[in-house]
Amino acid sequence: MIRRTPLALSALFAFGLAGTAQAAGTLHFANWSDYFPPELLKKFEQDTGIKATLDAYESNETLLAKLKAGGGAYDVVVPSDSFIQIMVQDGLLQPFDTSKLPNLKNLKANFQHLGFDPEHAYSVPYLWGTTGYSYDSQKVPGGALEESWKPFFEPPAELKGKVVALNSIEDLYIAASHYLGIDQCTEDPKDAKKVQDLLLAQKPMLAMYSSDGTIERMAAGEVVMHQQWNGAYHRAHAQRASLVYVYPKEGVHLFIDNLAIPKDASNVAEAHTFINWMMQPENIAAASNFAKYNNAVEGSDAFMDKELFDDPAINTPQDKLARLKTFELCSPKALALRSKVWTKLKK
Amino acid sequence: MNAAGLRHERRLLLRRLALSAPAMATLAVFLLVPLGIMLLVSFLQPGDYGGVKWGEYSLEAYVNFLYERDLDDSLVFNTDYLQIFQRSFWLSVLTTAGCLLVGFPTALYLALQSERRRNLLLLLVTVPFWTNLLVRVYAWILLLRNGGLVDSGLEALGLVHGGDLNVLYTDVAVVIGLLYTFLPFMVLPIYTSLEKLDWRLVEAAYDLGATRRQALRRIIVPLAMPGIAAGTILVFIPSLGNYIIPELLGGGKALMIGNLIQLQFGTAHNWPLGAALSFALLAFVLLAMLVYSLRFKGAAAGGHP
Repeated sequence: MIRRTPLALSALFAFGLAGTAQAAGTLHFANWSDYFPPELLKKFEQDTGIKATLDAYESNETLLAKLKAGGGAYDVVVPSDSFIQIMVQDGLLQPFDTSKLPNLKNLKANFQHLGFDPEHAYSVPYLWGTTGYSYDSQKVPGGALEESWKPFFEPPAELKGKVVALNSIEDLYIAASHYLGIDQCTEDPKDAKKVQDLLLAQKPMLAMYSSDGTIERMAAGEVVMHQQWNGAYHRAHAQRASLVYVYPKEGVHLFIDNLAIPKDASNVAEAHTFINWMMQPENIAAASNFAKYNNAVEGSDAFMDKELFDDPAINTPQDKLARLKTFELCSPKALALRSKVWTKLKK
Repeated sequence: MNAAGLRHERRLLLRRLALSAPAMATLAVFLLVPLGIMLLVSFLQPGDYGGVKWGEYSLEAYVNFLYERDLDDSLVFNTDYLQIFQRSFWLSVLTTAGCLLVGFPTALYLALQSERRRNLLLLLVTVPFWTNLLVRVYAWILLLRNGGLVDSGLEALGLVHGGDLNVLYTDVAVVIGLLYTFLPFMVLPIYTSLEKLDWRLVEAAYDLGATRRQALRRIIVPLAMPGIAAGTILVFIPSLGNYIIPELLGGGKALMIGNLIQLQFGTAHNWPLGAALSFALLAFVLLAMLVYSLRFKGAAAGGHP
């Protein structure tokens, strides 16, 4: 409430200037579909006088292809952690002018230094989540499962045909290697074979591999257990209170989507303004509230919806933070092993 | 031939070339150029994270189709991809046979209606195209799933007792989905050839003492052969490379060729293998067409057997 007055004032101020602020320029923002609240863009326009447009894409691969094609169509994009290093290597992103991003200091301590971009030279976290799994406590034997990958990879016999794994080689392979205690980037075919054996043994227990419709499937009670992103779990849980989200003790994948500026962006100054603006707690919290994923900005908690902030699946409890494992870029050799396992699993 | 005649000839030739130029250019730009690029890609080294290393040629992609490197780097015969091709082939054959079984009587029924009714019914055949394929496939998920309309309907009729239907996310569901999607492509060409059929030939057959079955087998089916051939090709080939139906109705448990190729261009980061698999598919289709045209020689050209 206290914060609202200056905000409203600044909005008025921006409005007042709008006539003369034409020179403030434009911003072309591209993000995953349904991952950014359109109202927030309007607020940005009011706050800064910059005219902003929002484009959507469906996958990192699509974004990569668009950036490779060039043309400077986008000023800010949101690649996942897994693609930052690849895009930097290919010269598709430009380094930040950190003097224009004073709000970088707002990042929470555990997001200050990230393996894929240690100094935030090219990227800054937008939203993050985890890839664990969820189950329906009313339908599993005993009403609760241990906080491990074991019930997911080796489900009790009663759950045959009632378990779903994500249809993504990366999500499944990483989870399996955490469970087996194997390096997720292993180049050793024997280790890959262990993952393959685990997945082949799990396959007959699965209803399907699918990454679409995970919310509906769990909310409708169609299946009992589902490998799932925490934000999707949060939405499903809102419809079915008996669902539980698991942070397996062996380790759970932490994914971070990041704001970045393409090499050939046309409006670099506006891009910096936008990213800095997004690092303000109330703005990033609006994105969290819309997408149902947590963010990395200190002080945003106060602006997050209560039921989102109170969900341990979204707001990871202190004692489970150590279970979160950030992304590692594997060698082409390790990735080739992964796709081999995937083909064997699905031939 | 005098000079004037020669000039006339040349002008005619030029005009013909000019008239066919747009079609030729379209073919070249939209078919030959992409195919050429894919052919080139299939002979290159894969890039580290997608893409290719231009200028680094290799036969690796084609070798990988049949062999894999063992732990000690020796080549071992590997049937993974062949098995995926084989599954796609059989699912497509089943789909085509199913489409023919349902499509031929449908087309025959259509051709026997009065003109007004015929146009209405034809319109109905094309109704599914009015909405997006994805939406219709999702509708099939709702129909086929346990406790869905088909499951509870069969239960209500007393045809099954208790237990779940367990059809969704199996190969059966994939074939149902493919059959549903491609059925109009079988009905329409057969209808087209039956519509032109000279029914006096059938009457003549009756006059000469043919039974209904004989008339169907010896007069109608042979005359409908061009349509059957065209329909078979139109159903079989797109089924073979279909991507979205196995993904959604098959529950992602088993790959078809289309999914395998998509995987190589996506997360597997192996574009050359994806391109090589596409060419293997192309070769496979051409081979199937060749066998087919030899087996049904003349039928596709519209002649009598």
